[in-house]
Amino acid sequence: MSGAGGFEAHDEQGGYEGRGAREGSRDREVFPEDTEKMSDGLGNGDDDTGNAGDDHESGQGADAHDAGGAGSAGDGGPDDPEDPEGNGSQGTDPHHTPRIPLPRASVEDTGRPLPALEEPVPSVPLVLEHRVLKALLGAWALAACSAEETAAVEDHLGVCGACADEALRLRGAVGLLQRPESLDLDPGLRTRVLDGCLDRRPPRIPVPEWATPYDAETARLDALLQDFGDAEWHAPVRLRWFAADEATSRRTTVAGVMAHLMSVDGLVAVALGLDDPMGEVPADAPTPAGRTEAYWRASHFPPTRSVRTPWREQSHDLVRTVSFTGGTSGKLEVAYGDFVLPLHDAMLDRAFECWVHAEDIAQAVDYPYEPPSPRHLNRMIDLAARVLPAVLAERRQKGLASPAHGRHLVSAGGPGRTLRLEIEGLGGGEWLIPLDSPAAAGSAEHEVAHVALDGVEFCQLAAGHVPPAEAAAGQRGDREAIRDVLFAAASLSRM
Amino acid sequence: MAKKDAPPRWDRKMQQRLARGEAAALGELYDRFASLVHGLAHRVLGDERAADGITREVFVHVWEHPEAYDPKQGPLRSWVAGLTHRLAVQRLRATETAALTQDTEGSTEELERKVRHASVAARADYIVQSMPTPLRAALELAYFQRRDYRQAAADLSITEDEARRRLRLGLQLLSTAHDTGAPGAPPGYGGAA
Repeated sequence: MSGAGGFEAHDEQGGYEGRGAREGSRDREVFPEDTEKMSDGLGNGDDDTGNAGDDHESGQGADAHDAGGAGSAGDGGPDDPEDPEGNGSQGTDPHHTPRIPLPRASVEDTGRPLPALEEPVPSVPLVLEHRVLKALLGAWALAACSAEETAAVEDHLGVCGACADEALRLRGAVGLLQRPESLDLDPGLRTRVLDGCLDRRPPRIPVPEWATPYDAETARLDALLQDFGDAEWHAPVRLRWFAADEATSRRTTVAGVMAHLMSVDGLVAVALGLDDPMGEVPADAPTPAGRTEAYWRASHFPPTRSVRTPWREQSHDLVRTVSFTGGTSGKLEVAYGDFVLPLHDAMLDRAFECWVHAEDIAQAVDYPYEPPSPRHLNRMIDLAARVLPAVLAERRQKGLASPAHGRHLVSAGGPGRTLRLEIEGLGGGEWLIPLDSPAAAGSAEHEVAHVALDGVEFCQLAAGHVPPAEAAAGQRGDREAIRDVLFAAASLSRM
Repeated sequence: MAKKDAPPRWDRKMQQRLARGEAAALGELYDRFASLVHGLAHRVLGDERAADGITREVFVHVWEHPEAYDPKQGPLRSWVAGLTHRLAVQRLRATETAALTQDTEGSTEELERKVRHASVAARADYIVQSMPTPLRAALELAYFQRRDYRQAAADLSITEDEARRRLRLGLQLLSTAHDTGAPGAPPGYGGAA
């Protein structure tokens, strides 16, 4: 079988092993005289495998050209113990030497002969008509037909010029099949490319700065979904958040998370006058959770990958629409059911949610996922810091936070007791949080406590993924105030 | 997100939006074509950073000259692929020529050969990506999964005749990657693809 080994070795050189070898092989396919040489060697190799026993009897039948071909192209030829002359037989019919190289191994096969060649050449050749043989050429070129059919095609190629030409062309095409390269684009490339473009030609209709985090985060999540198969789409995900100061969770799938993002993004769509992705489905309540639960329930089957396209179209539409309504739409408000956010904050909130859930998804399928760019992370933290005073006041009313101190002393816009929130890392910064009233101004002179946290850790806290008691925060000062702020931050989270 | 058979309406609208200077349109253009552009550039140049550079050049060009695309000549996707091909091959030729002047080992012939190979490989990639899904699926089974055509027919729930037809047609399409057309208009990125 060393004839087959030689064939195999040649074959690998001829196409799919290693990039270096590929360069050389292309040449052979391009230049006819090389192809000729190759086919001789391969033809001999083929016969060696099938009719090794006949070689000595019929070996003399090979002409000088064939012998040279076997010697130079078929590596196994001279070392073949069963073929000491180094020239293989032409088998039963020396006139039907295939002009075309024989089937080649694909990348997965190293050193093993092609399956078709292991089967004995049939004693009774298959007789097929031209039309049938022609139709087989593609399968033949891919080494995807039976041994009988292969032999019949190759016999035919010796006598039919048209088929031989096509066979050569198709065999050459097989050499062009390559595994697609992994297309994990650097997510930062998008921002760099777009910024580069916008520098060269400033846009007449820019994307508002407060919408760029949403634009970037939806693009990142979409790229993550790119290569997901069914297993990934249906991987279980546990959504986690804080409700009434208790860790809460809800089980769904990757596709379910996307349906959740789409139905909540729909709140912004509705505020902008776009179509509601809920369609005719009535929401349980006009809240993120109410919409999500209704959407999940409304379909008879669990959400599938088909949710990706409408989610992506809606996110593109949102970015586009806020670009047009631009300055004025900053005054629009988005109703979340039990609270309201100005449009530009709602877009930041949706960017934040998109990132948090992308993390959930990435974790579920064991993919790495990076935090947003520092500039965007900073805006997200800023949103949380800005809403904290109002949340503190609301919690105080419900008795969830300690009573205000010296309430009557704080006039609107005046300084009040303040907590310094120091966020470390890229995208960090310092925020002064007024503790007694949302109307008060944070003031360094009235600082009663200082909390230091990493930016991503703070976002995990605000997403309800880290319990406030366990948040890795450096703390100094009024413990009660610190506790109130950390719990208020966790209470920002929702489904 | 590669969407097959995007209606030409999308292409025309995209062109109008780019011409109007809508930054959001540029983002959508990137989201649709970035992996195509980067993949082709990478196939030609074999280098991540060089492919990043070509990606930037391609989008800058489209953003600055959206009117250069003529919807009558074919889909935007083909035009973007052709542009990528041209720029990447240009870059390959430039870097190889620079290497040639420093290194006496190589020859102009080798350079041309290298350029031609890279060019054909990138075209082949594009053809495979753009061919009808049934053809691609059949080739995938026969080549990468090593199924014979009868097994492929069973896998795809089609007749053996149809499996043979798809394999042959798929390879016929792919073989056009070797064709060389008029200079400046890389073949293989035609409207049919």
